[in-house]
Amino acid sequence: MSEETKEPLFSPKNKKLISEPININNPVTIQVLGICSALAVTVQIDNALIMSIAVMAVLVIGNVLVSLMRNAIPSKIRIIVQLVVVAALVIIVSEILKAFVYDVSKQLSVFVGLIITNCIIMGRLEAFAMGNKPWASVLDGLGNGFGYGLVLVIVAFFKEVFGSGTITIPGFEKFHVIPQAFYDMGYENNGLMLLPPSSLIIVAVYIWVQKLKNPELIDEQGS
Amino acid sequence: MELVNIFVRSAFADNMIFTFFFGMCSYLAVSKTVKTAVGLGAAVIFVLGITVPLNFLLETFILREGALAWMDTEGETTYASYDLSFLSFIMFIAVIASTVQLVEMLVEKFSPALYGALGIFLPLIAVNCAILGGALFMQQKQFNNVGEATVYGLGSGFGWFIAIVLIAAIREKIKYSHIPGPLKGVGMAFILTGLMGLGFLGFLGF
Repeated sequence: MSEETKEPLFSPKNKKLISEPININNPVTIQVLGICSALAVTVQIDNALIMSIAVMAVLVIGNVLVSLMRNAIPSKIRIIVQLVVVAALVIIVSEILKAFVYDVSKQLSVFVGLIITNCIIMGRLEAFAMGNKPWASVLDGLGNGFGYGLVLVIVAFFKEVFGSGTITIPGFEKFHVIPQAFYDMGYENNGLMLLPPSSLIIVAVYIWVQKLKNPELIDEQGS
Repeated sequence: MELVNIFVRSAFADNMIFTFFFGMCSYLAVSKTVKTAVGLGAAVIFVLGITVPLNFLLETFILREGALAWMDTEGETTYASYDLSFLSFIMFIAVIASTVQLVEMLVEKFSPALYGALGIFLPLIAVNCAILGGALFMQQKQFNNVGEATVYGLGSGFGWFIAIVLIAAIREKIKYSHIPGPLKGVGMAFILTGLMGLGFLGFLGF
């Protein structure tokens, strides 16, 4: 016990908790969790950013709460307990979004509520917070939140730049990336990029590139 | 006629998987063989068909603004002024989790054969986005009566069923194809879903 209390806040083991989910153990592309929201809210970058901040907040706070209660939760009803914790947090997040960024919360519509059933959150609570100390759970939540946000923002970037030729960052004006001269010469925005199926294909290409760089992740048996 | 319309619309045009990506996690995880895909798909139809009407009743009589009006006595409007809609997430998820538990117990008691087929999938369904998504969309669409909500639930479940069975059938065959290593597994499943999604856009009139 005394040995563990001496462990520095950012020991190599703890750093790994943050860095692994961002790349080689990414929750979206490698563990394939939380896809539903990852694909549906990525038409604009600001939506994706706000969604990932919301998920990260719920993930970190939920991880801490469940980790604090882990010894008091009977294993038979743990799923319900986790769901209630997450649902309460999501209600708070949803009310905050409605109060401060109403437009975005309207665009995200049901997807804010769907954070409750986001598999990343349930998965991390079940797999990590139920068996680890609060501080490690905070780091794990942050790492997975970042990994999720990274994929979301990258997908949203490609969808928005090629789909509508703009970049939207919260707090700034819409930035037009494709110069007007291109449009004058006959360039058109690719409307297909705004439709849901394109985000699947962008994620697939992301997985492709990621696995090319980390060949140990390739799933030879996969179909 | 209205009911048929709702069913077809929710199953094809507003397909849970290809249009909204609801329940993608279990869709990708359990679609390796057709047999298990059929089991999970059937379980989703079943649970959506039960929870959507239940949540509809909850929404109409308790959560919606002014929904508590039925509790008012003659001439008073105390309860009608309450708006409990902020509680809807937690109520919906509680209904879904407990219904799934209840359904699991009932099926185990009365139909061991069905339980054998659906058994391991039922607990998974409590955290399937498609179920909560169905409830949240039901809330948005504001149906007129329980019948419409039930048909909507069954239709969405059916759409999900078609999607998972189709992808499982393709994945069973694509195992024998020569595809780039890094795309094996989920990568290819994503691309396939994307292509099938493009096809399903046809139902929306693109």
